[in-house]
Amino acid sequence: MGIEVNGKVLETDEEGYLANLNDWEPAVAEAMAKEDGTELTENHWEVIKFLREYYEEYQIAPAVRVLTKAIGKKLGKDKGNSKYLYELFPYGPGKQACKYAGLPKPTGCV
Amino acid sequence: MSDTKKFMYINRKAPYGTIYAWESLEVVLIGAAFEQEVAMAFVDDGVYQILKGQDTSELGIKNFSPTYSALGDYDVNKIYVEKESLDARGLTVDDLLDLKYEDEDDDWAEKDSIQVVTSQELAEILEQQDVVFSF
Repeated sequence: MGIEVNGKVLETDEEGYLANLNDWEPAVAEAMAKEDGTELTENHWEVIKFLREYYEEYQIAPAVRVLTKAIGKKLGKDKGNSKYLYELFPYGPGKQACKYAGLPKPTGCV
Repeated sequence: MSDTKKFMYINRKAPYGTIYAWESLEVVLIGAAFEQEVAMAFVDDGVYQILKGQDTSELGIKNFSPTYSALGDYDVNKIYVEKESLDARGLTVDDLLDLKYEDEDDDWAEKDSIQVVTSQELAEILEQQDVVFSF
């Protein structure tokens, strides 16, 4: 499988996660969102950027509970709750946002 | 929650060369994501897993030691290190990663997750666990 971004086909796994972390660029997130019929807003980017930073620091994609808590701490209580995050990423904030961010599926995600 | 069990993961092996250390860490993170009470112990060569300043560039293996710092976020804040194992390797707690957690019940004060315990103390801690895994 793969995803076409700027004329290049990038390798993905069977669930659509990017095979190579380093292939990521913002256009990848946009292409994935388009496939899901989602338009990325500033609020989406905030979460995607957060996830990339988290991965950079800890080398893992956080579980959704951890993500929710950490977002609340960094971006404010009104954003650190599952309702807000599920509205942004209806397929699950862990799975969908990590996918757009070019990260592997979160550890602990079944 | 009545169905919460106390899980203890004992780590005995050096971090690279076998898959045990990384597998253990993954299982710990998965267990913690299901809101179980999770503790870890590092004994024998396992203490090398949480050594500061690891560099795996010559090994061609991902350095996963930064991931131990995420344990606090997963509410894994009981990390026991056996004193005898440190002593035998000429190490002290200062050679280990500075693992912290924020205590929700104490206004999010930052606290140390690592506790150095003697072999005898560790045995008593192990007695209190519901499930013990050895890696």
